[in-house]
Amino acid sequence: MTDVVGTTALLPYSKAVAEYDPVIGLEVHVELSTASKMFCACPTAFGAAPNTQVCPTCLGLPGSLPVANRSAVDSTIKIGLALNCSIAEWCRFARKNYFYPDMPKNYQISQYDEPLCTDGWLDVEVDTQDGPRTFRVGIERVHLEEDTGKTLHVGGATGRIHGADYSLVDYNRAGIPLVEIVTKPVPGTGALAPEVARAYVTELREICRTLGVSDVRMEEGSLRCDANVSLAPRGASEWGKRTETKNVNSLRSIERAVHYEIERQAGILAAGGRVVQETRHWHEETGVTTPGRSKEEAQDYRYFPDPDLVPLAPSREWVEELRASLPELPTARRKRLTDEWALSPRDMDALVNAGALDSVEATVAAGAPPAEARKWWLGELARHANEAVTEVSALPIRPAEVARVVELVAEGKLNDQLARQVIEGVLAGDGSPDEIVAARDLAVVSDDAALGDAVDDAIAANPDIAEKVRSGKIAAAGALVGAVMKATRGQADATRVRELILARLGVSG
Amino acid sequence: MAITRTEVAHLARLARIDLGEEELDHFATQLDVIIGAVARVAEVAADDIPPTSHSVPLTNVLRDDVVGPCLSPDEVLAAAPATEDGRFRVPRILDEE
Amino acid sequence: MTDLTRLSASDIAATIASGEVSAVEVAQAHLDRIATVDESVHAFLHVDREGALAAARAVDSRRASGERLGSLAGVPLALKDVFTQKGVPTTCGSRILEGWRPPFDSTVVRRLRDAGVVILGKTNMDEFAMGSSTENSAYGPTRNPWNLGRIPGGSSGGSSAAVSSYQAPLGIGTDTGGSIRQPAAVTGVVGVKPTYGGVSRYGLVAFSSSLDQAGPLSRSVLDAALLHEVIAGHDPLDSTSIDAPVPPVAEAARLADVTGLRVGVVRELSGEGYQPGVEQRFHEAVELLAKLGADVVEVSCPHFVYALPAYYLIAPSECSSNLARFDGMRYGLRVGDDGTRSTEEVMALTRAAGFGPEVKRRIMLGTYALSSGYYDAYYGQAQKVRTLITRDFDLAFESVDVLVSPTTPTTAFTIGERVDDPMAMYLADLCTIPANLAGNAAMSLPCGLAPEDGLPVGLQIMAPTLADERVYRVGAAVEAALGGVWGHPLLEEAPSL
Repeated sequence: MTDVVGTTALLPYSKAVAEYDPVIGLEVHVELSTASKMFCACPTAFGAAPNTQVCPTCLGLPGSLPVANRSAVDSTIKIGLALNCSIAEWCRFARKNYFYPDMPKNYQISQYDEPLCTDGWLDVEVDTQDGPRTFRVGIERVHLEEDTGKTLHVGGATGRIHGADYSLVDYNRAGIPLVEIVTKPVPGTGALAPEVARAYVTELREICRTLGVSDVRMEEGSLRCDANVSLAPRGASEWGKRTETKNVNSLRSIERAVHYEIERQAGILAAGGRVVQETRHWHEETGVTTPGRSKEEAQDYRYFPDPDLVPLAPSREWVEELRASLPELPTARRKRLTDEWALSPRDMDALVNAGALDSVEATVAAGAPPAEARKWWLGELARHANEAVTEVSALPIRPAEVARVVELVAEGKLNDQLARQVIEGVLAGDGSPDEIVAARDLAVVSDDAALGDAVDDAIAANPDIAEKVRSGKIAAAGALVGAVMKATRGQADATRVRELILARLGVSG
Repeated sequence: MAITRTEVAHLARLARIDLGEEELDHFATQLDVIIGAVARVAEVAADDIPPTSHSVPLTNVLRDDVVGPCLSPDEVLAAAPATEDGRFRVPRILDEE
Repeated sequence: MTDLTRLSASDIAATIASGEVSAVEVAQAHLDRIATVDESVHAFLHVDREGALAAARAVDSRRASGERLGSLAGVPLALKDVFTQKGVPTTCGSRILEGWRPPFDSTVVRRLRDAGVVILGKTNMDEFAMGSSTENSAYGPTRNPWNLGRIPGGSSGGSSAAVSSYQAPLGIGTDTGGSIRQPAAVTGVVGVKPTYGGVSRYGLVAFSSSLDQAGPLSRSVLDAALLHEVIAGHDPLDSTSIDAPVPPVAEAARLADVTGLRVGVVRELSGEGYQPGVEQRFHEAVELLAKLGADVVEVSCPHFVYALPAYYLIAPSECSSNLARFDGMRYGLRVGDDGTRSTEEVMALTRAAGFGPEVKRRIMLGTYALSSGYYDAYYGQAQKVRTLITRDFDLAFESVDVLVSPTTPTTAFTIGERVDDPMAMYLADLCTIPANLAGNAAMSLPCGLAPEDGLPVGLQIMAPTLADERVYRVGAAVEAALGGVWGHPLLEEAPSL
């Protein structure tokens, strides 16, 4: 039975992973944020008008020659070191030969059997019902190559290649340095394969961000991912045929695509069919992969060492210099902060998943206790970020300002409700926390005399609730506290209010 | 080792050269002779001989990460057979990459 | 009035510097000569009259304002059409680049211009430098000034013929498997391939990147040396360019002394396939060297017999990749784009129409040699042969200072004679290829006319890599001695055009 789209049913996930062992692999391309391109001095800034950042070399004009960018080599070595790789003592660039209009020379300068970095690993953690589990992802290679230009397909319905009448090419991106990171196949992830895939790319992205080598924005294409999936029947010694899925443009897509491929391949195998080894395309809207155009013959790239470039031979001194310059890497940093802040692994995961770790660390550095910093960033600020459809780190409030709010609460000058109002004010651009407090005259009222009337009014207005409290249902006092808070526009010191209410009603709480 | 017409057709496809029927035969004959002659490089027992890809023993020729001048878009597009909106216009592409 | 076109480059430079003659007069004299003879010779594809006169005027005004002029200021030059020159048509002898005007200068052109050299125009060549006869040009062959029915050699046949027929005192060619030296030999002029990496390849349209090298063509060894010094030197735009001072070649050319120099005659570059008259003149030149005080011995370079097959694997492989960019998408010819065809089809039609048969042959040969399953047996193995040839040179140079051989096994063959027999054509490169594979500097020097046909014979002199000055030293010594023997420059025996 062959796999014709729509004919073979998916096998539901739990059944799929019960009967088959997934093996995953990931190929990630990271666009480096160097100032100039890989082999020429053209600028690399994103968003320039088409064909305005091009020279004879990146346009591949006859007679042009490449000269390698030292900073790109440094960045690649740093990535390799962060992934625990061995750094080659001697290696070369190779030409990958194939014809495509976005590649001006019709070959890409890359590396073939002599990559700059090899044989590393990265531990990634995923959250499970039984607590966090760590998986070691082997790194096969990290190598350096040049990016291609960008093609727009005109005339088709979807802007994709199929059905297009012609295409338009912009070579601004051609020649920008690209680092390719390929994992070894990762068996043994079982049902967690999609999560592991996602966690790996997330961690890789964090590492690149920490190293400062790339913007790693998937939506801008500075981080691209292809996911490989194969299935083997449980207990089998041989792995199955693998598919490579492209167009996986977000972390979420990685997880969904791996999930889908497992179901799809399991469905084929369960029905007695064979999985075709092919490249597939992920569709975010429909949540499926479809086969790429089948090629009559496998691509023969006819790799050979590029004669226009000379070998790279990073001395061990050079490598050690780079190693010494590495900043604290994400795993080490998370471990340090977990210990310093006495967090559980789950707590740390929550911070990382919310993208709030940097903000919290900065808030703590500005003087706030870790627990308070976490509370605000994961609670109120995360809520604001969701509403604004943005990252917490992109909110218009600085960690120092959050720390100030925390300080004001600690000093008793604000309560939680008032603090929320101050934060809203900062987000709205009304100024600093102190300016907002002054402008709106926000201050906690805890003076008994001031509160006394409000307390009496609340009791008088709610006789049934008051009766409940007198008869021992202390919890009911909350409603009375609420009434006082409302009456005082949130400025009352809630704790003191509760004490006064209980005292008035003659109970101890 | 004979190079067949089919192989020549395959090579022409890989190299994106549209050859006519007669050309395929003609080239097949010629290439066969040439490959027969050049194949004698195999006579040299060379298992432990390292290959030479560069006659100059240079390594680590690198440039600083500094931006330099570009061509103007007019210069870039001047020789283009077809352009649109500041981009190179090319016929519809079949293969995805 | 002296015929300015008969002067050497150094004499022209001197006479301009002294004010005796203006650079414009010199340029005009050569443009007139081109107009007179080039219809028969067809050395030039494009004569840049305006550009040449403007460059000449610039030299004259620099001289007038008292500026010190360079050693070749105002000297006219014929430039092989494989170098980019901004705004000037650059075809590489191919239809696929017909009409293309590059938006940038090659480093060689930039250096020539900075030195005040007057580029007269772009010369004919075998398409993309593939060939030994200039018959592979899409624009018709160039003819040998010694006999218009004969080939001028290739692929730098146009530049060589221009110099040989006094249309320019200087020429620039490129040499990948002998394409400067072999044309020089069959047209009776001096041609030099510098050590690989000695001259920048930026702007030199690549044929075989690890072998291509630009070099001078001239009517005297000193002229070649002066030109060599203008164009050579490190270029940050070329990763393979040597970062070292230019060897003192002009000084060596003036020294011209071979006493005590050890000369090795390469045993393997002789025998079957070599025209008797060629070997005769070669041996006479070797005897002359001995008379001049050199120690002459025979040396063996046993792997040289594999040089030709290795070259015809390496060069096509690299060229199959270098020429992939010519696809009709960004510049040059585009064929078949009628709105219904795909990019793949248009590329294939464009390349079929734009490339000649030799180029197609080599592209397919190279594609074959690199393809999976064949790489180790062909390209991989050829790279190992390259190592063995380098070792042969290294070993030989332990006991001698230079190696000599005939430049090419025969004199100029007739136009059309070998064009349908690729293997016969390839044999012209038998002696020149080893120096390309190992990167060594090598010169071809006219050493007489073959008695059978009265056509020029070239003596090849090879030096270790980076020791370019040695070929000039030996070449100049032999040149002076031969001049003494003949009583006049060899070229004066060529028929008038």
